[in-house]
Amino acid sequence: MSGNPTVGAAPGRLARTVILSVVGIVFAIPIIAMVEFSLRNLAGGYTIAHWAGVFSPTATVTYAIVFTGLGNSLVLAVVTVIIILVILLPTMVLVQLQFPRLRRVLEFVCIIPITVPAIVMVVGLAPVYSVVARLAGSSIWTLAFAYGITVLPYAYRAIQSNLSAVDVVTLSEAARSLGAGWGSVLWRIILPNLRRGTLAAAFITVAVVLGEFTIASLLNRVNLQTALVQVSRSDPFVAVIFSLLALLFAFVLLLLIGRLASDRRTRDHRKAS
Amino acid sequence: MRPSVIGLTPFAAYVLLFLVIPTLLAVLSGLFDARGNFTVANVVALFTPDILKIFASSFWISAVTAVGGAVVGALVCYALLGMNPQGTLRSMVDSAASVLAQFGGAMLAFAFIATIGLQGFVTVILRDLGINIFANGVWLYQVPGLVLPYLYFQVPLMIITFMPALEGLKPQWAEANATLGGTRLTYWVRIAGPVLAPSFLGSLLLLFANAFSSYATAATLISQGAQIVPLRIRAALISETVLGRSSTAGALALGMIVVMIVLMWGYSALQSRTTRWQQ
Repeated sequence: MSGNPTVGAAPGRLARTVILSVVGIVFAIPIIAMVEFSLRNLAGGYTIAHWAGVFSPTATVTYAIVFTGLGNSLVLAVVTVIIILVILLPTMVLVQLQFPRLRRVLEFVCIIPITVPAIVMVVGLAPVYSVVARLAGSSIWTLAFAYGITVLPYAYRAIQSNLSAVDVVTLSEAARSLGAGWGSVLWRIILPNLRRGTLAAAFITVAVVLGEFTIASLLNRVNLQTALVQVSRSDPFVAVIFSLLALLFAFVLLLLIGRLASDRRTRDHRKAS
Repeated sequence: MRPSVIGLTPFAAYVLLFLVIPTLLAVLSGLFDARGNFTVANVVALFTPDILKIFASSFWISAVTAVGGAVVGALVCYALLGMNPQGTLRSMVDSAASVLAQFGGAMLAFAFIATIGLQGFVTVILRDLGINIFANGVWLYQVPGLVLPYLYFQVPLMIITFMPALEGLKPQWAEANATLGGTRLTYWVRIAGPVLAPSFLGSLLLLFANAFSSYATAATLISQGAQIVPLRIRAALISETVLGRSSTAGALALGMIVVMIVLMWGYSALQSRTTRWQQ
């Protein structure tokens, strides 16, 4: 990996430092600008009043729309994770165990949502949702059906990288030959081995759902993003503060995913050596 | 009891209801008129100068931000080469890239309004230095204003997609090059360059597709008008769904899908060439 830097492909220390610091600084500017903006006082100077307002006990009343949006987005995140766990995960395990020939088909299906832009989906989702509203009402959680499709490529990739690293076929055959039923094979043998991939899929799902705007906005539903746009018209400071908090939350979430992945990598290395 | 084909039905039904049917409805609604008769009139209408201009500016913004994002992102990947993948800096960069690649939408628009808006952080600093970035008019709320926000998610996406290819470069190739008397320049021009080319072009196409299909940032920044295809679809949806039919939106959606299929087909073709070297 390392080797002599004059021979290998790796850059010199100077080139590396210059590139990383220039790009790093440029990418930090908008974040710094948001922090600076959120501290501005309309009358000039700086104040923490906007931040204090967001964390004050009356905030849920003052910024009711944002908290409704946040609540809706959290409900949607939970329901979408459930859809992934109940519909996608068992299908992937089943295909891995029983229908190896369908693996490519499943992969293809799960990648399609990258090719179909959300704005195109919305055109077709509008009529579908008028039927859904008639059958299941128009409560916010129904939107999770559409979000489950949006997160399909990400969730698939997270689970699949775990699934292909574990020999589920041998594991399930061993369990079966010891007399375990399919239920306990799935619940006690396979799922515990897929904990990392499943957790990573759940995290990326939460991150994507919290950032979703297109579908909610054009189907006239309130979620975190549409609420932020709405509140930004009357109080841009609050919109910026919530954006910063959402960004921080997503960063922590993805740092955790990275930790999960690198844990697995080190474990695999140890196993291999 | 053996799990069988029945076990696949929930997923199949779900994908059919919420992926296949909406996509077909979107695309087909462009091919039928209000009375349900087949027509190509809406598709033909795509080739009017008006709509072609909108597609052209969508292509322009996608191309500019794809090339810019690919070049800067590849430079960052190069700078990260040879660092411990488990190290703190690498995992911070990885997580930041994943967050920022997803950081689209309204929040990104707010970030850039706070940065280069009329009263933005950078605008004010530059104004104090005597530089007016809006001397030729306020371009932030026009198509050119999308370039910087789009780059903000294109560069991280490039880092995520291109890094595996760079890490696939085998140290033996560099050693062989050095043993045979090659310089670092010959290494990059004659070995790493050709090996990385398909992967770089593939990532470029992916970035293009990403910009082409993104909606939320543009919708928040450009609240009025329809300068790019996704915004034209918004305009069509808002004006037409009242009547229950959205033929224009359908035809535009069809146009977008055709572009996306070509892009993703190219991407997967290039990707399969890439994996040849990553055994």
